[in-house]
Amino acid sequence: MTTIKNFFATRWGIISVGAFIGVFAPLLQKWGNPANMGICVACFDRDIAGALGLHRAAVVQYMRPEIIGFVLGSLIAAYAFKEFRARAGSAPIVRFVLGAFAMIGALVFLGCPWRAMLRFSGGDGNAIFGLLGLIVGIWVGTLFLKGGYNLGRSQATHTSVGWLLPLTMLGFLVLMLIFPQVQGQDKSGFLFYSLKGPGSMHAPLFVSLGIGLCVGFLAQRSRFCTMGAIRDFVLFKQTHLLSGAIALIVVAFIMNLILGQFHPGFEKQPVAHTMSVWNFGGMVLAGLAFALAGGCPGRQLFLAGEGDGDAAVFVLGMVVGAGFAHNFGLASSPDGVGPYGIAAVVTGFLTCVFIGFTMRREAAVA
Amino acid sequence: MSKKIVDARGLSCPQPVLLTLDEMKRTEKGEIVILVDTDTSKENVSRAAASKGWNLGNVEPEGTGYRISISKD
Repeated sequence: MTTIKNFFATRWGIISVGAFIGVFAPLLQKWGNPANMGICVACFDRDIAGALGLHRAAVVQYMRPEIIGFVLGSLIAAYAFKEFRARAGSAPIVRFVLGAFAMIGALVFLGCPWRAMLRFSGGDGNAIFGLLGLIVGIWVGTLFLKGGYNLGRSQATHTSVGWLLPLTMLGFLVLMLIFPQVQGQDKSGFLFYSLKGPGSMHAPLFVSLGIGLCVGFLAQRSRFCTMGAIRDFVLFKQTHLLSGAIALIVVAFIMNLILGQFHPGFEKQPVAHTMSVWNFGGMVLAGLAFALAGGCPGRQLFLAGEGDGDAAVFVLGMVVGAGFAHNFGLASSPDGVGPYGIAAVVTGFLTCVFIGFTMRREAAVA
Repeated sequence: MSKKIVDARGLSCPQPVLLTLDEMKRTEKGEIVILVDTDTSKENVSRAAASKGWNLGNVEPEGTGYRISISKD
């Protein structure tokens, strides 16, 4: 156990986890997931919101088993290595708001950092603007961190607090089994399914779940984080997490070449638009929100799996944010930004700046 | 030798590392004890200390977390 534990904390450990994701995300696309969307935490949380009817955008409704697997895989790893620690109470409302705006920013770009990397490795040039936005957003976040920004301490709490999000995910899985997709129908029980669009494209349930569980397990062990990758480099010149993210991009690029999924260009890229300024702007907002919340959307799922109730609140904020994004015309589509997308990005950025400036605490040194 | 204690328990990433780096700058040499409550923070703090040329001393379980000692001559 100790050897494995130490291995994933090493540079080769994090690189192997990034490479694992780089292999299986493009394969998930081959096995049915949407193009350049083998894994997208924002898109998949949004699809879950759609499956539950929190928004009624007919093309993005599916209870994505990858997300369920991420949380449960992390839970299994945390218990196997005695790292499960129920904790909560570090400004939950702020984390909820950050989750909601992170999602809105990501849906203006059309992807979370994971998908930005996958889009880039699939040849989508628009992703360059998203990645640049992500870097700028995280850089702004590091300025707040340097200025003493801090959401306060979490407290150890009842074990069951840490179990609530994993149990919710288990419940989602049970719902999928009770109400499976019926060919040609957009509803099964009270779960919504897409008949066309990205929500209708998915790998077989148990393939998605299995890969999700493996990624969740490995990411919990290695602390893989796409936001931390950039943040630690900007803040400390540390390349540990960054090497994992680069491994993801490089391996996914090679896999896309092998699978014939590499299509370089800007126009007509899958589930993408060409409004560069808002590809950039959306991800500035998302990057800042992730930086202020201490983790990318994937990392928030893995933290929730190991008992972090505040990360669980961030996840719920993302799901609700997805509901807002599609109910109120904030999310983009391949045609471009939604009618209120730009206003939402500006509002979200101002909210994040307010949070960053006002929530400070002096360093706690005894 | 003075011994400073940094209490980083309950703080999100990257606060434990930021607090440790701040204290390392202030202290310059001697011993610092850092209290953390997750394995992630334990690894991050240890990695940051090593990268700045501090020696990693004892890492002992304390409460639900760890007590990490680092030192520099």
